[in-house]
Amino acid sequence: MLLIECPWCGERDQTEFTCHGEAHIVRPKNPDELTDEQWGDYVFFRSNPKGLHKERWVHDHGCRRWFNVVRHTHTDIVYGSYKPGEPAPEVSEEALKGGKK
Amino acid sequence: MTQTNRLSSGGRVNRAKTVKFTFDGKTYEGFEGDTLSSALLANNVHLVGRSFKYHRPRGVLTAGSEEPNAIVQLGEGNRTEPNCRTPMVELYDGLKATAQNCWPSVNFDIGGINNKLSRFFPAGFYYKTFMWPKGMWEKYEHVIRASAGMGNAPSENDPDTYATKHVHCDVLVAGGGVSGLAAALTAGRTGARVILAEEHAEFGGQLLSDADATIDGKPAMEWVEATLAELRSMEEVTILPRTTVTAYYDHNFLSALERVTDHLGHGNGGDLPRQRFWQIRAKQVVLAQGAIERPMLFGDNDRPGVMLASAVRTYINRFGVLPGKNVVVFTNNDSAYATAIDAHKAGAKVTIVDIRENPAGAWVEKAKALSIQIHTNMAVIGTTGYRKVTGVDIMPLTADGKGVTGQSQRIDADIVAMSSGWNPMISLFSQGRGKLRYDEKLTSFVPDHCQWANISVGAGNGEFTLEGCLSQGLAAGSKAAQDAGFGDGVVPPTPAAPEDAQGDMRILWYIPSDRPLGRGRKHFHEFQNDSTVADIHLAEREGFVSVEHLKRYTTTGMGTDQGKTSNVNAIAIMSQIRDVKIPMVGTTTFRPPYTPLTFGAAAGHAVGELFLQKRKTAMHPTHEEMGAVYEDVGDWKRPRYFPKDGEDMHAAVQRECKQVRETVGMMDASTLGKIDIQGPDAAEFLNMIYTNAWLKLGVGKARYGLMCNEHGMVFDDGVTTRLGENHFHMTTTTGGAGRVANWLEEWLQTEWPEMKVYCTSVTEQWAVSSLNGPKSRELLAELTDIDLDPENFKFMEMREGHVAGVPARVYRISFTGEIAYEINVPHRYGKHVWDALIEAGKKYDLVLYGTESMHVLRAEKGFIIAGQDTDGSVTPMDLDMSWIVGKNKPDFLGRRSFARSDTSRPGRKQLVGILTEDPNVVLPEGAHVVETVKDRPPMDMLGHISSSYMSPNVGRSIAMGLIKDGFNRKGQTLSVPLMDGSVHKVTITDPIFFDKEGERTRG
Amino acid sequence: MANHIVKVSPLDGLAKPAGSNVSLEERRFLGKVTLRGNPENKDFLSKVKDVLGVDLPLTPLTYVAGGAYTVHWVGPDEWMIHTQEDGEHALVLALREALEGIHSQVVDVSDYYVVMRLSGPAAREVLAKGSPLDFHPRAFRAGMVSGTRYANATIQISQLDDQPSYDVQVRWSFAEYLWNYFVEAAREFG
Repeated sequence: MLLIECPWCGERDQTEFTCHGEAHIVRPKNPDELTDEQWGDYVFFRSNPKGLHKERWVHDHGCRRWFNVVRHTHTDIVYGSYKPGEPAPEVSEEALKGGKK
Repeated sequence: MTQTNRLSSGGRVNRAKTVKFTFDGKTYEGFEGDTLSSALLANNVHLVGRSFKYHRPRGVLTAGSEEPNAIVQLGEGNRTEPNCRTPMVELYDGLKATAQNCWPSVNFDIGGINNKLSRFFPAGFYYKTFMWPKGMWEKYEHVIRASAGMGNAPSENDPDTYATKHVHCDVLVAGGGVSGLAAALTAGRTGARVILAEEHAEFGGQLLSDADATIDGKPAMEWVEATLAELRSMEEVTILPRTTVTAYYDHNFLSALERVTDHLGHGNGGDLPRQRFWQIRAKQVVLAQGAIERPMLFGDNDRPGVMLASAVRTYINRFGVLPGKNVVVFTNNDSAYATAIDAHKAGAKVTIVDIRENPAGAWVEKAKALSIQIHTNMAVIGTTGYRKVTGVDIMPLTADGKGVTGQSQRIDADIVAMSSGWNPMISLFSQGRGKLRYDEKLTSFVPDHCQWANISVGAGNGEFTLEGCLSQGLAAGSKAAQDAGFGDGVVPPTPAAPEDAQGDMRILWYIPSDRPLGRGRKHFHEFQNDSTVADIHLAEREGFVSVEHLKRYTTTGMGTDQGKTSNVNAIAIMSQIRDVKIPMVGTTTFRPPYTPLTFGAAAGHAVGELFLQKRKTAMHPTHEEMGAVYEDVGDWKRPRYFPKDGEDMHAAVQRECKQVRETVGMMDASTLGKIDIQGPDAAEFLNMIYTNAWLKLGVGKARYGLMCNEHGMVFDDGVTTRLGENHFHMTTTTGGAGRVANWLEEWLQTEWPEMKVYCTSVTEQWAVSSLNGPKSRELLAELTDIDLDPENFKFMEMREGHVAGVPARVYRISFTGEIAYEINVPHRYGKHVWDALIEAGKKYDLVLYGTESMHVLRAEKGFIIAGQDTDGSVTPMDLDMSWIVGKNKPDFLGRRSFARSDTSRPGRKQLVGILTEDPNVVLPEGAHVVETVKDRPPMDMLGHISSSYMSPNVGRSIAMGLIKDGFNRKGQTLSVPLMDGSVHKVTITDPIFFDKEGERTRG
Repeated sequence: MANHIVKVSPLDGLAKPAGSNVSLEERRFLGKVTLRGNPENKDFLSKVKDVLGVDLPLTPLTYVAGGAYTVHWVGPDEWMIHTQEDGEHALVLALREALEGIHSQVVDVSDYYVVMRLSGPAAREVLAKGSPLDFHPRAFRAGMVSGTRYANATIQISQLDDQPSYDVQVRWSFAEYLWNYFVEAAREFG
């Protein structure tokens, strides 16, 4: 059971949130100019890494705001949250190696 | 004679309070403070159960939750509970226990024949034997499962209450032994929020079983009492006896089971819950779970009376019970000498059999000083007795320890107290992703490192001296508190707790006997699932060498005890066979829960009416009066139909549907999702969300819209009304309300933050009475001040005014194809308006109808239900709704996907009408449509029936379905083969079956 | 005619906790208005203050009470205003008028939500049974409000005093479920 930090409400139990998958999937501005393959990449394909993953969460039992979380998909360690439009927090090599936040 | 094994003094039981209980129908006496184990042993009852596979007699092995053998069925009727470990059952007056896994009784068990035939029941026997011929396993399984029963689940509802509790703390200490107490103390003193959980009723752990230990020159239990007293005085410390920390999840989320009133006897807890399930979020965790002694793997080591040495000591010192008179202590280390000495002092005749060649040191000297006979370099090769051990045979070991040599001799014994070392309890640490390290000196796995904030201390960390446990505990409590933001990290000095040092152990994982392995004697490493050393050899021979395969092949560690006493021994045996180091074999992953949980505890209060919310509208009381039959839509209770005079659903629905089109009907449409949308960009926003055009919709006008996801697939629909230039009222499907609200917010917050639009969900703000039918206008006119003249209030328009005296928004929209008004009023007035319409409707022959008739009425008109006629793979074009796709809009969600090759290809599944040849046949929804019927499946499927009803207004059955290339198949005859073997001819048609021109709606 | 208008609440006729350590009361038909707007727009803030008489709380998880209104922070651009029964009509009109031309949203949600007051020495224990929020005084105090979850219900909870007393706001259709859950959860505390 993860502990997720809502940028507004603070650290809360995972059950207050929903994860909406990978963050920073930007909707193309010019869909008509894209090939089927390019459009398909946007609609269907996600990076699915083993490692750090930026993902979109919503605090739906709380302030109902969307924000982003950096989570390690293998260890489930959360390295920070940030609001839409903000830069993702840096995760140092040291923090990754140490396996601790 | 009662309590023959009870010592005349000593122990922590209350001898002034006698407690009566029954085991297998026979009444016994024990004392307050006993466990079921200690009370049975006090009465010299050793035979407590039968083993799982061979039905061998089994007795109490341990004094803790690791017990694999002494497992009983507790209580009866609706309060019976299987698989209770007797050392964990506190005795109470009237306790009733029965042996499990035996028939007709524990003393004479028919299944014992399995033991005689055991050569034919090796590991893997069931799978190998009953897996052929193919498919027969399902038949054998019933018989096998019945004979291998693990107790009986109650067949009645559980009358007890259970509670859950969410709690946050700075430091959680798991384990109330000396190191846990020490940790709680230093953490508590900082003012941190501390939870101390101990599995047993009493704190002190090993000290409860040790009469000689001292701390600071005083009996160690005085330190325990003083520590508890100080902890109790701390406001932020929560002390939880009878509480097992059952699981360690990510981000320091742990669960614990508190047995609140179990010890009072089932049903005696008053208003208190029987058990409480704690869900704990801890900033820091101190793991102080202690260690579990290992059994020796010698021949027939499972006889009742063969116990762990430490358990024998616990029964003597903590409960004042000497389980037998002739005690053979069989050991590879010094710790069991304490048991020998205590048993001797308690009056037993004690013999030590030590596999070490030259044990020496203080403990050996102490035993010798008491004239306890010690056989060194000797092995117990087997035991005698069946329902109870009567003696042991011992033989000298060869120099390499792999065999025995010379003469065997027999020693009388009614107790064999065995010890082959200790395993730190690393279950929770391992559950919490902790990595283990194999300690060569301890010959066991110990905690190494973990990504979450925890500290392992004491015996659970491989520290077995009293001073060491104190010191680690004090330091850990202080550090954990500091890391959580409390205190300065200073550690108080460790109090003096002198002990005699222990010598080295000699490791022989397998104790050889005079016979080849697997012949005549059984060396059990796993008691609960009857797995032997020979089974591990068999597993290796058959290639199941990895620990995960070994586990599944031999079922080692797969019982309710999770192999707490067996895992390390099994891994060590496999490492010997493979001739690799123990860490190379590896460990299996420990899984929650640490000990079995009741379902009740996991459910807490969320049972019965509180299991799931029943969402109701304001009109619900009237629906009750009208005899509504409900349908669950999401969590809503929606009237499905209103039967009259014993009607079944079919009859009621036929009547309701007919009457709606003849006079007027009314449905509760309050559950539809509603969203208030405001802002200068609101119309532009809707233009992106819906497939059709919204910019030019006039104020006061409504429009139907489809929503697609970016795949281009329809996922919701509804009518949205423009209330003002920058103000819209959106409706969604009942089930899609939450999803749509989220969908809108997600786009606004993440992708289009520059759009000036705010959305607020208002579903329950409005109670909605939906009037449909030719008389709806006349009826509404009786109660409203709104001008209903069709010239002034047209189809797809909204007017504000009053209905039945309350402010209302009336939408002229229709899901039936009739003249219709959806009357929205603040929810508190919903029943008032609904009731007023019923009253006024009497003269218009008003009929109430539910969701079933709504489905029929809309299907007569070919209107879709998103989620029924669509399934996430259907585009607007597939629905023949190209008219709703804005051709001139540059962009909207899903639009680009319409042009993808697969989405735009011809021949996709398309929504069409389907009429059966026989008008009386109503096809089941989900039935497959085929071109060519074959003798049996599989047949090439063209699609399926999505909606199917008997329509009273069309006068025959009607259906819709998604059919490959459906639009081009109109007029074709296809077939629908059903499960019962019947085949129905159908014709593909247009899906609008009634009033094709739509004249009634606009009337 | 108005005299004959029947108003119903989903909590009508429900049993209350039997003991004395937990008290549960409905704040029947409390007026509730959702306000959304840009907190960085000074004009918006001052116009709202003109109507409410208090500053909008901009600190997350806080509320301000003043005069006829209690204003709760819901999110960075969203507030929940409580007022007395039927006070919502005038408030909606006043806010809409004051905010004319300023991008904002004012919605009457008096019937979308129901508010119940949970109080008494064991109120925290009752809350701990269903909500993962930390109600310890070090974490949640009078003057604070938060959205969270209680069993299956989404709730907004604000602490009023150290008794402790709480106002719990929940959707109309979850109110009966939540109330009954509270009553059952309170039973063991007497």
